[in-house]
Amino acid sequence: MFKIIKYVMVDILRNKIVLAYTIFLLAISFSIFNIEDSSSKGLLSMLNVVLIIVPLVSLIFSTIYMYNAVEFIELLLSQPIQRKNLLLSIYTGISLSMIIAFVIGAGIPLLLLEGSPTAIIMLLVGMLLTAIFVSLAVLGAVITRDKAKGIGIAIMMWLYFALLYDGLVLLIMFQFSDYPLESAVVIFCSLNPVDLARILILLKLDIAAMMGYTGAIFNQFFGNSTGIIYAFTTMLIWLIVPLLIALRLFRKNDL
Amino acid sequence: MKSLLALCCFVLLLKCADASIINVGKSHKTQTIKKAIELAQPFDTLQIENGIYKEGNLIVAKPLTLLGQKQTILDGENKHEILTISGSYFRIKGITFQNSGYSSMNDFASIKIIDAHDFIIEQNRIINAHFAIHVSNSNRFVIKNNHITGTPAEEQSTGNGIHLWKCSKALIANNNTIGHRDGIYFEFVTESEVLNNYSEKNIRYGLHFMFSNNDKYISNTFHDNGAGVAVMFSHHIAMHYNKFTLNRGGSAYGILLKEISDGEVYANTFSNNTVGVFMEGTNRIHFKHNKFYSNGYAMKVQASCNENNIENNNFTGNTFDVATNGSLVLNTLSKNYWDKYEGYDLNKDGIGDIPYRPVSLYAMIIETNPVAVMFLRSFMVSLLDKTEKIVPSITPENFKDDKPAMKPIALN
Repeated sequence: MFKIIKYVMVDILRNKIVLAYTIFLLAISFSIFNIEDSSSKGLLSMLNVVLIIVPLVSLIFSTIYMYNAVEFIELLLSQPIQRKNLLLSIYTGISLSMIIAFVIGAGIPLLLLEGSPTAIIMLLVGMLLTAIFVSLAVLGAVITRDKAKGIGIAIMMWLYFALLYDGLVLLIMFQFSDYPLESAVVIFCSLNPVDLARILILLKLDIAAMMGYTGAIFNQFFGNSTGIIYAFTTMLIWLIVPLLIALRLFRKNDL
Repeated sequence: MKSLLALCCFVLLLKCADASIINVGKSHKTQTIKKAIELAQPFDTLQIENGIYKEGNLIVAKPLTLLGQKQTILDGENKHEILTISGSYFRIKGITFQNSGYSSMNDFASIKIIDAHDFIIEQNRIINAHFAIHVSNSNRFVIKNNHITGTPAEEQSTGNGIHLWKCSKALIANNNTIGHRDGIYFEFVTESEVLNNYSEKNIRYGLHFMFSNNDKYISNTFHDNGAGVAVMFSHHIAMHYNKFTLNRGGSAYGILLKEISDGEVYANTFSNNTVGVFMEGTNRIHFKHNKFYSNGYAMKVQASCNENNIENNNFTGNTFDVATNGSLVLNTLSKNYWDKYEGYDLNKDGIGDIPYRPVSLYAMIIETNPVAVMFLRSFMVSLLDKTEKIVPSITPENFKDDKPAMKPIALN
């Protein structure tokens, strides 16, 4: 199993795209922190990088890698290796290398130039998001064997989580604004890892504004450490569940 | 106000010229304060030795000076008001008051002053009081350098630190009030000054003004109070060089201005509050040279505000700069520095060429639908905000700074 992880990682790290991703992240983070005059504004720009670019790259790259590795996977499956182990190793390989790229690209500038608790939370959240979106990409790639369809699914997933979901929930909130939606909001947040990630970071960054909200449940919930623990656990669930479904499908797939 | 203080001292000195000193304490002939007060002639000084005095309610109606030592403690045993004074030319200095009683019928205080004028309360420590210093119907007096620490319970059963009712020409300076209902409370108080006080962890307001006109408060710090500072139903108030920090919560404001007119808010610092300044029914207030940073909202200006002038302030690192609840705008903003301004300055005169609109669409959305706070800084919301900035439809069109400063204004 470790051999496969090692092989996948070496293969990816040799790949120019991941190198380019790392350099891109490095360049963008360094320039953000150097251009913005206050560190809070720098963190806000980094927030957008973490919430938008990281999921996008993780999704698309992993999907394409999975499709390109089809022959490699088939070859390995002819060996006495369990399907479960194979998919898990490939997932671990991809997500580890993407996390390494993220830590080098965004983590080093965050820690070097900012180094605040907010920066550390942002780094953790970025790593988690990478792992989550690689897991979603693996699921997408297992669902269909058609490469074009698979990439389509990946792009749709990104659009949904990064953009459409918020719009939809905003719409629901306005339609049901006469009802108490405090507890519903907690559920709405949990249904999107990007929202969870954002709230985790904002609990450090914009706590003054978050405290202003009078709705008891929301404020109590996200105003203390249980909220942070809850958000992290839910993100872990977002990592594990798609992976489990993918494993299940992959075991039965006709390759 | 300094000259008033000098005058008070001078008058006291004159009157004290032929006064004698009575020593009170275990080692002296007069062992109780009650006895000493009975014996004393007007303008005598009572020198109270170290020790704990549990004498119930002491009533003073003569012009006396009460001086304490380091460990002079007057204890109310949690059932009495400690000192009740009326008259004039008295002075209470350096005494520790503790455990004054609580009653739901009377406002028991550690030091209660009724119908008095020309007096000084200074350097006292007041611990665990219901009301600490309670002054009513008095004028020309000084309360300074007192340390007041309460044990807050509920809003109904906790009294105010320094409570003034129907007074005039008071000077409240260098006091610390911690853990009361309102740190400093003014009702029907005119021509008074609040200087250099520190108000922290009071369960309601750090400072509370009601129906008090022509007052000044200068260089005070209001930190982490339940709801910040409230100035209501008053006119001609000057607020200079104060610091409002860390007042957070659902209805907490750095300062709440309600039904106020003709005031001046100059060179104050508002930081880390949920709302820096909340204005409702506020007229003709001039905001100048204030610093707003790291607040949830720097200002909430309700549509009921009229002819306020907000200029030369710095707005940096606030989640929202300004929020409002309607489309009517009767206030002017100019020459402020906004760190979110994205315009340009072609003629290099330091003033941006396109106006800045500090009210964001999303601030309006939260105003009508508070649960939408969940989408703070979401990509979707920033897209909506950007389109709204270009073509204002929901946000008030006229709420804008026509001459935004390009660089932060240098304020000390």
